[in-house]
Amino acid sequence: MSADNAMPAERSLRSPKSGSPSAPIVALAGFWKRLWDLFKLIIASRTAMVGLGIVVFWVLVAIFAPAVTHYGPMDQDYKNINKPPSAEHIFGTDNLGRDVWSRAAYGARTILFLAPLSVMVAFVLGIALGLPAGYYLGASDEVIMRILDSLMAFPTILLYMIIISALGPSMINVVVAIAIGGAPGIARLVRALTMDIRTREYVSAAKLRGDSDFHIMVREILPNCRGPLIVDFLMRIGYAAFYIGTLGFLGLGLPPPTPDWGGMVQEGHSHMTVTVWPVLIATVAIVSLVIGLNLFADGLREESMRYQ
Amino acid sequence: MDQSPILAIKNLAVTYRTRERDVNAVRDVSFEIHRGENLGLVGESGCGKSTVAHSIVNFLGPNGRVTGGDILFKGQQLRDRPEEELRKLRGADIAMVYQEPMSALNPSMRIQEQMSESSIAHRGLSQKQAYAESLEALKKVNMPDPEAVMQRFPHQLSGGQQQRVLIGMAMLNNPSLLIMDEPTTALDVTVEAAVLDLIAELQERYQTASLYISHNLGVVARVSHQVAVMYAGEIVERAPTRTIYSNPMHPYTMGLMRCLPDVDAPKGTRTLHPIPGRVPSPTNLPPGCIFAPRCVMAIPECSLQRPQLTEVTPGHQVRCIRVLEWKDAKLAWAAEESAKEDSPDRGPLPDENVLSVQNAKVYYPVPFKTVAGLFGFEKRSYVRASDDVSFSVKRGHTLGVVGESGCGKSTIAKAIVGLEPLHEGKVDFLNVDISKPLGKRGIDSIREMQMVFQDPNGVLNPSYSVGDQIAFSLRRFRTVPSNQVHAEVERLLRAVKLDESYYNRLPRQLSGGEKQRVGIARAISTNPALVVCDEPVSALDVSVQAAVLNLLLEIQNTNQTTMILISHDLSSVRFFSDEVAVMYLGRVVEIGQCEAIYSPPNHPYTAALLAAVPRPDPDLPPSKVRLSGRVPSAVNPPSGCRFHTRCPFKIGDICEQQEPPERDMGDGHKIYCHLPPEQLYEIKP
Repeated sequence: MSADNAMPAERSLRSPKSGSPSAPIVALAGFWKRLWDLFKLIIASRTAMVGLGIVVFWVLVAIFAPAVTHYGPMDQDYKNINKPPSAEHIFGTDNLGRDVWSRAAYGARTILFLAPLSVMVAFVLGIALGLPAGYYLGASDEVIMRILDSLMAFPTILLYMIIISALGPSMINVVVAIAIGGAPGIARLVRALTMDIRTREYVSAAKLRGDSDFHIMVREILPNCRGPLIVDFLMRIGYAAFYIGTLGFLGLGLPPPTPDWGGMVQEGHSHMTVTVWPVLIATVAIVSLVIGLNLFADGLREESMRYQ
Repeated sequence: MDQSPILAIKNLAVTYRTRERDVNAVRDVSFEIHRGENLGLVGESGCGKSTVAHSIVNFLGPNGRVTGGDILFKGQQLRDRPEEELRKLRGADIAMVYQEPMSALNPSMRIQEQMSESSIAHRGLSQKQAYAESLEALKKVNMPDPEAVMQRFPHQLSGGQQQRVLIGMAMLNNPSLLIMDEPTTALDVTVEAAVLDLIAELQERYQTASLYISHNLGVVARVSHQVAVMYAGEIVERAPTRTIYSNPMHPYTMGLMRCLPDVDAPKGTRTLHPIPGRVPSPTNLPPGCIFAPRCVMAIPECSLQRPQLTEVTPGHQVRCIRVLEWKDAKLAWAAEESAKEDSPDRGPLPDENVLSVQNAKVYYPVPFKTVAGLFGFEKRSYVRASDDVSFSVKRGHTLGVVGESGCGKSTIAKAIVGLEPLHEGKVDFLNVDISKPLGKRGIDSIREMQMVFQDPNGVLNPSYSVGDQIAFSLRRFRTVPSNQVHAEVERLLRAVKLDESYYNRLPRQLSGGEKQRVGIARAISTNPALVVCDEPVSALDVSVQAAVLNLLLEIQNTNQTTMILISHDLSSVRFFSDEVAVMYLGRVVEIGQCEAIYSPPNHPYTAALLAAVPRPDPDLPPSKVRLSGRVPSAVNPPSGCRFHTRCPFKIGDICEQQEPPERDMGDGHKIYCHLPPEQLYEIKP
């Protein structure tokens, strides 16, 4: 809203005495600068680079799935069932003669769509609950947090199973389950950050401007929570991917024949005496993605805290 | 006496590695400290003072290292010594005292354990011996009731006591060298004065060589024999203390002195002379003399070559090419500056009250600690942060509110602007009753009363550009039509002496002083009738303090703005105030015209505050009026006169039993004390 790019001419009349750069910084340039700073931050951390590399690999595979595979994920080849890797099927085929690599590649699409989506929903919920709790404190805080505590008392996977058993396995319900399971933790984090930031003087200044509480929470407090929230977001995508896999394995994920890493393990594990390839590839896929996201988040956090 | 120095630093260079490049934070620093001698290291923040201290004991952190020069301790090279050997030296032969006593002490250990630890580790004493020695050390630092203190945890001690413990701890193993890094900066003035007395006394008695780091020339004058002034990683002047105060030669030293408000000069009699600009980053040093861009007396030759540290008179070294041109530096400086114009006069003021506070009480409920209390079976107790405070402020005037921390100054300010609810009492603002929470006040009274905050890092939202934050206010109150907001923000930035290019900067790109200016611009954006300034300069460097104070004064003079200045610094209050209220433990103990407050008759508490102000004059004898102890708890304030527990002039039981009477000394000057008026005249700071 403030990106008035029309610069008054006298901007450049900065006294050369002060020693700081005299070039005018426009809001847009500020944005690119921030992006560039973030990029430098990632480059500087080897951990973050490795993590980012793994994540980018899977993202590219997911986007270009038709290009990197020769078969559709549902194409069955009854002549080649439970085959080990070969020239035609680089990671072999499963019990229905489907290409393992194709299913893994298209499975990446599923997980890389579902995991961020469900975490995003969880964040919307968590922020909506944690922000007012931390800002108002008192009775509303007690009520909100005790309800969330009781949710957190359930073991995560059990909570997911209850929710999905009740709602039935489908893509939307997986998102709902993961959002509900993740919201309490996010709400706690947001609440803690809010409790700290609400005492800052710029919040007092906003109050002295007569700003509404909603304005203060959304405009003054929330933007300053973003650092820890971004790291948490990345970590949670990793966990979500992991849980989506687990749900798939338990038969509570996406209904077959949708390509899904958890489902691949589930279908493949009964044929493991014949071929391990479907299970192996799906497991490696899940693990590498989770580790990649965690490394990226960890590296980002460490690097941003160094030199403080 | 032994002639070889305890510590000799020669051409020290320290480099920090950062993501982008190496930063040469300290360059070519040399000095010596002999036995029994104290060297004061002075300069603004970011000048590398602490880096020098840390390099001596190799505390530079993972990314810092000494890249040149020698550090000779008792003739031995300390540089590149293995960590193991240094560890044996630290705490034993070289001891350090830090700025934040609270974080220097381990909160989970009793004082006794912490103190014994170092003598057990370094000298292998038995528990018993160590205890005895620790007790002895506490006695050395004049700790009242040392046996009891030994059993306490750090949070049970006041800031002054904690710092005493740390000094006692540092002295335990009889170090040859004591390094003190801003040991009194985090303390109240009254406590600071007592700690400085102690340091001077210990120095006299034990002849320890010490390095004293401070940004405050007034403090250094009290304790140091030699002063070295650092600027941007280099020493620019070094001389015996008397010489440097009587005849400063480097323009930077003079600048540091001339920006200090004088506690003895009334409002309007002098303007402060801030040092323009800021300390350059070590990655971006100007060519030639590093101080030249900020120097009032710079000539073109200054930026051609880097001046060397030259000896002017024996023991007095200055890094300035013009140093030989002037015989009396102070005169030369004054001539240079007299050419500048004075700030506008504020003109005749209407005689009307903008704000009047009557019997204001601000209480905070104490959380219940028992189950019975939780269910309402116990009487609620309150922190009486501000108890029965009354005062009024006239249009265009400044009311200064002074007192130690914990006296309720900030609380009353917050209650006035509406950030804290008023428990009882009445606040009238522009003839409107505003004794209600912010949400219920009209938008007009909100607009007419704004606040300037203390912490420059908290004052601006890090997520928005400077211009946006000022624009928020303008849009909210529709001060100007929306198509003129941008122009108005730029006008406000100019009004606080920042140029328009700051519009799009983010707060983290600004220095502390610049952030505070933006905070001021935001506060005056609605052209309010009253601005409440809560310690606006106490977190800033001295050189920047002057500029901000000048700015506030100029704003007051041009807009006839009424101001309330909350501060613990009596010098800046005197510079800026017309009336002053002295607060102690939630009560006003003395109120009156500024001039009346700064001269007898005084309340004993005011006298003690005045006595504690550090003055940049090494020849001034230390005052006799010193406060002991700490401000008592505001949950159960002392009966009668609240000051009786610490009052050096207590007359007897009457002080403990009865509320002090109001003594009217004429012209609105009121003192609340049991002492008869003629005796109040006797109290001299």
